[in-house]
Amino acid sequence: MSIDRATVAKIAHLARIKVPEAEQDHLAGELSKILAFVEQLSEVDTEGVAPMSSAVATTLRWRPDQVDDGGTREAVLANAPDRAEGFFGVPKVIE
Amino acid sequence: MTALNRLTMTEALTGLDRRDFTAVELTEAHIAAVESARPLNAFLVETPDQAREMAAASDARRAQGEAGLMDGLPIAIKDLFCTKGVATTAASKILQGFIPPYESTVTANLWQAGAVMLGKVNLDEFAMGSANVTSAYGPVINPWSPGPLGAWPRRLVPGGSSGGSAAAVAARCALGATGTDTGGSIRQPAGFCGLVGIKPTYGRCSRWGIVAFASSLDQAGPMTRTVADTALMLRAMAGYDPKDSTSVNRPVPDYQAALTGDIRGLRVGIPAEYRVDGMPAEIERLWDQGVAWLRDAGAEPVPVRLPHTQYALATYYIVAPAEASSNLARYDGVRFGLRVDGGSLSEMYENTRGSGFGAEVRRRILIGTYVLSHGYYDAYYLKAQKVRTRISEDFQAAFTACDVILTPTAPSTAFAIGEKMDDPIQMYLNDVFTVPASLAGLPGLSVPAGLGADGLPLGLQLIGRPFDEETLLRVAGVIESAAGITALPPFVA
Repeated sequence: MSIDRATVAKIAHLARIKVPEAEQDHLAGELSKILAFVEQLSEVDTEGVAPMSSAVATTLRWRPDQVDDGGTREAVLANAPDRAEGFFGVPKVIE
Repeated sequence: MTALNRLTMTEALTGLDRRDFTAVELTEAHIAAVESARPLNAFLVETPDQAREMAAASDARRAQGEAGLMDGLPIAIKDLFCTKGVATTAASKILQGFIPPYESTVTANLWQAGAVMLGKVNLDEFAMGSANVTSAYGPVINPWSPGPLGAWPRRLVPGGSSGGSAAAVAARCALGATGTDTGGSIRQPAGFCGLVGIKPTYGRCSRWGIVAFASSLDQAGPMTRTVADTALMLRAMAGYDPKDSTSVNRPVPDYQAALTGDIRGLRVGIPAEYRVDGMPAEIERLWDQGVAWLRDAGAEPVPVRLPHTQYALATYYIVAPAEASSNLARYDGVRFGLRVDGGSLSEMYENTRGSGFGAEVRRRILIGTYVLSHGYYDAYYLKAQKVRTRISEDFQAAFTACDVILTPTAPSTAFAIGEKMDDPIQMYLNDVFTVPASLAGLPGLSVPAGLGADGLPLGLQLIGRPFDEETLLRVAGVIESAAGITALPPFVA
């Protein structure tokens, strides 16, 4: 499977990363090489094998449904590049 | 008396207990060492004032008879751990200006044990790399680079991603450092810099407050100059944490007590699949030497099979980027770090992420996005997860026939900045021996075992059963004694 520049543009958009057009061809080449490398996995017989999603056999724990944190608005907003009236500020999204 | 920054942790604790010197004196020696080693570019942030305060508090505790496990020991923290009130960058431009309002669990555990923070150390951006050359703040130089500090004819990499940690400890700027390991990021730099480093079993150390790379693989661990120091520091770092849902609730053993030197009857698995094509002869010899040392100490080498080893790297380079693409979605220019404005919200996201991420991080996010995207998920991501099961099953089968596995840590000694950098795959091959244990969630340890023909350190890796760090440490102690390495890097502070 080889990636062309149109695919690079598409996945860059999905990942919300601006990739200058001048870099797209080069990146397509690099990503294609990586995909060619991982292609070897198709040799492995995985019929009936369960996918491994966790490194240790574990079940997620329960805890009481109690508030144990909060009231930290200042700390939460302290690192915001833009803020207004106790909220994060972003470019206008509604005309 | 030995210069205070040349001591091991164990020696330093003895000196503190005997009142030979104070934690403040020990810390001052290290602050001076950190300053003298600046050309290595190991530290991103130095925190001397905080270190002095912590050291003074430590002396007061010791005077009260309340000294903790690591009380007064100056260490460096990989800049992937959030430290309250101290800038945390993950070596990425996208986190510039970020001051965490909280402390990671692992560093909180270390401060609770009395350790002293010297500063935050450099790494590959978001821990993605094997040479510490992807940092937005420049590469770290391995103190084993031949030549005078700052005027090296050939600048060697310290390995990565925990390259700043490794360089700082090898150069005697810190008694130990935290590292994190996703596919080899503790073990490979430990190998390149002549240190001991352990990636514990997944779940042993809390991931809470560590900047996430690939959540099903990331583990924190110590990097130190001796096996005994690694045992000590691991005990301080490890433990159950309700804030990390994958943290495992089981007691933390006294790892130092495991260093008995007695490995009689232990079955040491030797996997033929790790004899990869093109492996340098000196690494094969070192591996054989390691087997001989363990046999001499009464262990029994046994051949084991890990047939899916050759597929581990490809599996890793699907699973890790997939998880990274999801984890790194949070860097959107809204809540912290860099923002680059745009005409719309979407443009602001794209501009921020386009200029904030470096080339390697961008490459991995794009690969991860691709393998998770509609139409490719089954062919790549699901397939990789199934092969991961196969790799894990290989280890389970091997551990019915052996108690610990011995392999080389990396396929070469440290290389120079600029080498292996044109082709991402060449760089990925550094992790060929370390990635399988990461995928299986098993503990892996690198211990210095010799020097290559170029005079640079070479490590051997031990892989163990889940939560059997004690056996790894015990066997590593035997290798450490047998190897008896006394060589120092050309630069030591």
